[in-house]
Amino acid sequence: MNMLEELLARGEAVEGHRPWPRVVVDADVWRDAVEALTAGDLNLVGLWVESGIAHLCVRQAEPFAMAVLSLACPRGVFPSIGAWHAPAIRLERAIFDLWGLRAEGALDLRPWLDHGRWGLRHPEGARESGRPPEPYAFLAAEGESLHQIAVGPIHAGIIEPGHFRFTANGETVVRLEERLGYVHRGLESLMAGSSPVAAARLAGRASGDSTVAYAIAFARAVEAALGVAAPARAEGLRGVMAELERVANHLGDIGAICNDASFALMLAHCAVLRDAEIAFGHRLMMDCVTPGGVAVDLEPAGADAIRAALQVVRERLELLTPLYDETASLQDRMVGTGVVSAELARRFAAGGYVGRASGGGFDARRALAYAPYDGLKFEIPSRTDGDVNARVWIRLDEIAQSLSMIEQLLTSLPPGSLGVEPGEGSGEGAALVEGFRGDILAWVKLEAGRLTRCHLRDPSWFQWPLLEACIEGNIVADFPLCNKSFNCSYAGVDL
Amino acid sequence: MSMPRLLLEAVLKHPLTEPVTRAVDGELAALAGRLEVAARKQLGRSLSIRHVDVGSCNGCELEIHALSNAFYDLERFGLRFVASPRHADVLLVTGVVTHNLREALERTFVATPAPKWVVAVGGCALDGGVFKGSYACVGGVEAVVGVDVHIPGCPPNPAALLRGLLALLEGPAGKRGA
Repeated sequence: MNMLEELLARGEAVEGHRPWPRVVVDADVWRDAVEALTAGDLNLVGLWVESGIAHLCVRQAEPFAMAVLSLACPRGVFPSIGAWHAPAIRLERAIFDLWGLRAEGALDLRPWLDHGRWGLRHPEGARESGRPPEPYAFLAAEGESLHQIAVGPIHAGIIEPGHFRFTANGETVVRLEERLGYVHRGLESLMAGSSPVAAARLAGRASGDSTVAYAIAFARAVEAALGVAAPARAEGLRGVMAELERVANHLGDIGAICNDASFALMLAHCAVLRDAEIAFGHRLMMDCVTPGGVAVDLEPAGADAIRAALQVVRERLELLTPLYDETASLQDRMVGTGVVSAELARRFAAGGYVGRASGGGFDARRALAYAPYDGLKFEIPSRTDGDVNARVWIRLDEIAQSLSMIEQLLTSLPPGSLGVEPGEGSGEGAALVEGFRGDILAWVKLEAGRLTRCHLRDPSWFQWPLLEACIEGNIVADFPLCNKSFNCSYAGVDL
Repeated sequence: MSMPRLLLEAVLKHPLTEPVTRAVDGELAALAGRLEVAARKQLGRSLSIRHVDVGSCNGCELEIHALSNAFYDLERFGLRFVASPRHADVLLVTGVVTHNLREALERTFVATPAPKWVVAVGGCALDGGVFKGSYACVGGVEAVVGVDVHIPGCPPNPAALLRGLLALLEGPAGKRGA
């Protein structure tokens, strides 16, 4: 038995949780799991609660396996993970704000999502009357000649809101602390009680730039819970949309990172979005993926439009890539800037280009090999330098992989129906889907065709803290560059 | 391709921007043409826009970005995005107003010098959209500051955004500013 199997054997498996096991454990097993997280034998995938139960989702690298450990919390507490394993700290703070379930032994007790503005506390748990907003106690930095720079929540560009508190010594950043939660919309609470079809619209608006990936993650979790599978044509179309979304976001961000060299790229970026509209009727392909299948078919003209757009992207990339690599002024800014160490990326199990630029190799499309990726040839680009430059290169290389995948999917798109009825069943399901930022976790519990609980975990939960770490010792002026090279989601984390 | 060659090409080749008169899709071109006329007449080719996200999913932001990139190039009509509300004539507001951002929106509005207009973008900014009724949300933008024009869509595409800005310039709000 491997480590995860041993842990699972000490608990009681829950019937009807798919595709990987959920096991009810006691506090001892929970603590041993935390120890395995701290030792790096397991990776943290998610931590969430429903009425009185804490759920911990972990994955084991070798041999690859995933599981959910559940702990009943009759006293309203569960043993803190964050006290030992930093990636869980903000998840625990969010859980307390929303549900009132406390991580026992946690060191950071500051609120995260609750800014004292809701007029109530613990909206998802036993509601209490609200407290007036209090000043947020930012972590201290001590030393001579330090000054603070407060940025946000309203930023200077066309971006999402959040607050950054820099402490700097002259130009050099000593500490950055993020304060998020501004775009908390109560998304998960709105999903509870609704049908999967209605809730899919909300899942698709968790983070608008990843609407396809979120819709697929949610749909797959619902399908797992109800024991249905989307038809092959729907899976193929989902793959096309997911890869188009990845290409569009990578192009947009690379363009934004290398402002100097972005013009050639923007045409490619526009072509992708425009042709997504021609092909699927919506530029961002919102609401195109539904539980059970997809809502739109791809006509031959749409496939042609996508192929034409891909050709534009290919041509532009051929121009851009050497330009990026050979322009000294760009390289001077990118190389060696904002380094994330391999150790830190591993500890946070950071997914996506942030993890893969720092020695990580995890990609849900490969590790879980869900449809349609089980039938595709592709590589997972990985680098070890961990700087802005490495993150740009991962994304350039990923575009090439996605272009090839879309071509493979278009050539082999099977005929057939677009979806199945999800039905009115009950069950629990989970899915891990690779969005452009990294792996998105969706977990659902259904009773008689209604959602009683849905949890969505954005990849940025495990990337935002690394942004704080990588800016240390860099100059303030390089923060926008570092930030854009991460492009973490605010809406996806705040929900 | 080397930087000198790229610069040379940039000088010799046509710009990437869609010409106003050439139809990408016919409506977009027509809108752009009308926008140009209206912007010149009403504003002397100068309107500064400040984008404010008060609870958006980031979908509207992607489309607003598209509007201001080299391809659609909003700036050629004299409409430009500015970094501070103190430089702005128009607040382009996206998202359902969350309780956590209500004060930020109010303060941004107060910081914007008069005459000023508020354009609410997308379904959430109209009435809360899919987030209506949440404990965390106030509602549409109108619940906090007066809205002059609403641009529907989830998210509105660049053509719809152009249409909305045009409505602002050609409508009573635009005349008020002239």
